[in-house]
Amino acid sequence: MDPNSLTFIFLNAALINNFVLALFLGLCPFLGVSAKRETAWNMGLATMFVMLVSSVSAYAINWMLTELEIEFLRLICYIAVIASAVQLVEMTVKKFSPALFRALGIFLPLITTNCAILGLALFQTFREYDFLQSLAFSLGAGAGFTLALMLMAGLREKLELARVPSVSRGAAMSLMLAGLLSLAFMGFAGLGGSHA
Amino acid sequence: MSALPNREEKITLDTFLRGLWEENPVFVMLLGLCPVLAVTNSTMNAIAMGLATTFVLVASSTLVSLLRRVIPKQVRIATYIIIIATFVTIVDYVIQAISLDLYNALGAFIQLIVANCVILGRAEAYASKQRVGASVVNALGMGAGFTVALLCLGTVRELLGAGTILGFQIFSANFEPWVVMILPPGGFFVLGAWLLLFEYLKQRKERKLLDSEGAIS
Repeated sequence: MDPNSLTFIFLNAALINNFVLALFLGLCPFLGVSAKRETAWNMGLATMFVMLVSSVSAYAINWMLTELEIEFLRLICYIAVIASAVQLVEMTVKKFSPALFRALGIFLPLITTNCAILGLALFQTFREYDFLQSLAFSLGAGAGFTLALMLMAGLREKLELARVPSVSRGAAMSLMLAGLLSLAFMGFAGLGGSHA
Repeated sequence: MSALPNREEKITLDTFLRGLWEENPVFVMLLGLCPVLAVTNSTMNAIAMGLATTFVLVASSTLVSLLRRVIPKQVRIATYIIIIATFVTIVDYVIQAISLDLYNALGAFIQLIVANCVILGRAEAYASKQRVGASVVNALGMGAGFTVALLCLGTVRELLGAGTILGFQIFSANFEPWVVMILPPGGFFVLGAWLLLFEYLKQRKERKLLDSEGAIS
């Protein structure tokens, strides 16, 4: 497959180099909000939306900064844009679904410090994607994040019913599960080589 | 001097040691896991990342603590983020100037220090309420704890995955490297194993305490 085609960029971000399981981006919500499938799904959607907004804004900002030759301000501008986008999502969710707002709790404002989103903006700049490629990249990353979160939530719901040694309850078990999931996702590497 | 909601703390040895053990950011609080897992495929990367994070942590804690009476409460998070982003930009350019190889190995993860929740957490929970001295000592402790955690993962992964530590051969040539340890799943497994070990030690200590209490009564 052509590494610059939109399909490849989407699949690459969603499966081959999954943001959570291969690049270790966005682990805090991955371990924090993956206890129930419904919360995980909504968190995935919220993150995906913030990713889309940040990706488009990052593209515009990068173009502007390059024109003015002040690229060293890139990081500060990106993080400011992401923080505003998160604020927007937070207000929307609070207005339309107070129950969801309570369920997501502290993890909603924490999307700001979700490295998956800043990582997305930085990667698309490093790889010099054009506008459509950036869109495909952010959609793929969001889909991959939601997929990983949902898989994890499904596994953890089942584990609630299992008898595990008391030592391995909690974070240690989640990390082992994530390791197994990550091992499974390595199989997707066959789809198109590593294009990290 | 306006009254602050929290009591200001005296600097003791505990201010520093807390970050290393009791409140270790990685093993106890599970914060900042992304860089911990992503760059620990070799010991060298782990050390560089630990030092870079410690620098940003100490510098931003100092500035936040100095400005704690100036920053309006409503926009404090945004202010902290801007302060942190400034120092990360400095670190980014410094590492680029010192070693280009290291810069390429760490990749985007240097700039991603901005999104490390350990730093924002310290700014919000400690530096914004305490004097400069205490904040610096506390930040140093947290930074040291973070670096130690990175080292714990980095050495184990490099040793098992390549049979070396800092590039020196440890095992004989017959050793078959566990390549999976250097790949992403290895990061999850090694951190999981460390957490299992600490949980086991904790439970054993509690059991011993319970036994000795039973003996007295």
